[in-house]
Amino acid sequence: MNDIEKIVKDLKLTYEQKVIALARYAENSVKVLNISEDTEKLREAGIICDLFEGNVPYRPRYILPDYEKFMKEGCEFLELTPATNIWEATSNLLIMYKHVPSITSMPVYIGNIDYLLEPFINDEDEAKLAIRLFLTQLDRTITDSFCHGNLGPKSTKAAKIILEIERELENAIPNLTLKYNEETSDYLAIEAIKTALVTAKPSFANHEMFTNDLGEYGIASCYNGLHVGGGAHTLVRMRLSTLAESATSIEDFFNDKLPHAMKCIAEYINERIRYIVEESTFFEANFLVKEGFISQDRFTSMFGLVGLAECVNILLKAEKLEDRFGHSKVADDLGIRIMDFMEEFINNFESKHCKVTNERLLLHAQVGIGDDINISPGSRIPIGEEPELWKHLKQTARFHKYFPSGVGDIFPFEINSMNNPEFILNIIQGSFKEGMRYFSLYSSETDVIRITGYLVKRSEIEKLNKGEATLQDTVVLGQGQVENGKVLERMKR
Amino acid sequence: MIGYINKIIPFSSVDGPGNRTAIFMQGCNFNCIYCHNPETINICSNCGLCINECPTEALYSKENNIHWNKDKCCNCDKCIKTCKNASSPKIQKLTADEVINEVSNYRPFIQGITVSGGECTLQEEFLIEVFTKVKEIGLTCFIDSNGSKDFSKMNTLLELCDGVMLDVKSFSNEKHNKFIKFDNMNVLKNLEYLASKDKLYEVRTVVVPEIFNNEETVKEVANLISKYNRGIRYKIIAFRNLGVRDSLVLKNSPTNEYMESLKIIAEKNKCNNIIIV
Repeated sequence: MNDIEKIVKDLKLTYEQKVIALARYAENSVKVLNISEDTEKLREAGIICDLFEGNVPYRPRYILPDYEKFMKEGCEFLELTPATNIWEATSNLLIMYKHVPSITSMPVYIGNIDYLLEPFINDEDEAKLAIRLFLTQLDRTITDSFCHGNLGPKSTKAAKIILEIERELENAIPNLTLKYNEETSDYLAIEAIKTALVTAKPSFANHEMFTNDLGEYGIASCYNGLHVGGGAHTLVRMRLSTLAESATSIEDFFNDKLPHAMKCIAEYINERIRYIVEESTFFEANFLVKEGFISQDRFTSMFGLVGLAECVNILLKAEKLEDRFGHSKVADDLGIRIMDFMEEFINNFESKHCKVTNERLLLHAQVGIGDDINISPGSRIPIGEEPELWKHLKQTARFHKYFPSGVGDIFPFEINSMNNPEFILNIIQGSFKEGMRYFSLYSSETDVIRITGYLVKRSEIEKLNKGEATLQDTVVLGQGQVENGKVLERMKR
Repeated sequence: MIGYINKIIPFSSVDGPGNRTAIFMQGCNFNCIYCHNPETINICSNCGLCINECPTEALYSKENNIHWNKDKCCNCDKCIKTCKNASSPKIQKLTADEVINEVSNYRPFIQGITVSGGECTLQEEFLIEVFTKVKEIGLTCFIDSNGSKDFSKMNTLLELCDGVMLDVKSFSNEKHNKFIKFDNMNVLKNLEYLASKDKLYEVRTVVVPEIFNNEETVKEVANLISKYNRGIRYKIIAFRNLGVRDSLVLKNSPTNEYMESLKIIAEKNKCNNIIIV
């Protein structure tokens, strides 16, 4: 059977998933990018991975429209005037989301939905009904759990309602983040934790840290901090552990393998950006640009990495737990040395279309994909090797500063923490004080779980295991990571 | 001054408000039939029975004292199971400064400490020293007590303390004497005294079917604390026979329905912060 027919006849794909798969197939049937021979070699070796972005980049990977502007002004292209009540507000947003492109073809950022809806909350019962329908429609029509909504940091009635309803609905979509700082009320933070214990969201973002690094930011996709009114053209990642396997010594790694691979990736990223910006016509033709909901000068690109832990362990030939990343000072310090090196490279490497970040790329702790076996996301300590929680938090906090465009850790808690959500709040507050950027939690007994950054229902994975199609395309990714990434074996706290 | 400490848990979600470091003091003057941590009752007699049972040679005798090598310990607890003295060879003898050093590791993530036991107030002077130093680093101090010592006579400690979690095991003194092997006069006195001083954070009752009159205890406790503050938390805990010495005699846990019926009794007596666990 040819590949197109394989897609057409696949029983596990919905109609929508087939259309997207066919489009991807068509895109990959041609080659338009100038990729160097060295880069090709590293791609084939699995050291460079572009996450199947496709051969002909025709839209930025992540787009974060300025929805505040949209709510204020409406949209000419979509023939929408500004909303005057909660029904128009939710309807306008749902219409807009439908037209926001991304790598998944679904919106990866849907705005600070509490702030967007707050002006329209008069009668709370009516608002609850409208928001319940809004969230349900998101879950059933944006069938990809990289769709991400933001809340906070200020407390609003809308945020409270959204959290209450998510607790009832237990949906995987949208992913949610609470931007947290000292302005966030304890009440809202506790509501957020109670919701996360039921349905694995929201996560907590260190608002001060993101604001210092990026200015006006939003959290998109898994946990990606990017500029509102902009986004990221592309994300290409380095498998550090695979790279470490090719090094003959630590010095060979630093003197040769790492700088060479970084140069190849960074140039490859620039080539992908060049095509989107200079050839694809996206920034000339798309209505989001024309009407100023996004602008080219608010875009940057992401230099991702996975497997820092395994990279360190390979370089040190560390077998015993006490010698490994997350447990030994020597190993952790080597991790820091690698990150310092990578940061310095990024600071010196020019990427002319990344205006918003001074023509520089941003480092990103990528969360991994289903094909990654024995490769931990970003700078995380491998599942199964987690130290005591306080040590874990202090260790991981050392690495979060390197990743303005996203990094995070995930902690499952016993369900009885529901009796004392302040327990978890104290841990989050302490983690942020220590320098953590992003904190995710869920309870050990929920259906919705956080795979690596995105959310999937265990029950949907079981459906897929039985050979049935599932509504959301991310279920298959979750299935792979449950199998290969030991996601269900994280240490309960 | 030295404190006898059974163990320190860096993060606890069940020992007072928020996240707390729980410090379990060694030694208890009660002898509860359902005790879940009998190894906290007595100070080690250095009999040495446990040494041979240790699979990792973490225990050894020196100058007639049993010593414990923390790094070698695999936490199998065989020593505790062997002990005939309701004790543990793993007790740490620490100064207040040593306790503070350890707590400092956890400081960014916690609201404070809770001292528990055993019965922590038996080491009142040591607690005063620890609490004074903990306060200096801006953390709160809670006490988990069996209520056997009169809090009205422990003014310095109580002033340093932000809240007490008090066990009320049985309202009936006859049952208390029979199954706890101690009088409950001070427990009930403390219940009222701490509530009146606004120091009572939580009351706990472990519900053991058949042996206690649980309805009476819940009713009387709820009635008394709601007189002072309806928000005082009443944690009603279902007995489970895990870790209990005489697990053959006490094998039944209360049913969920029974626990709910106790909750209703507490509610009827105007308690409005009830947790069933």
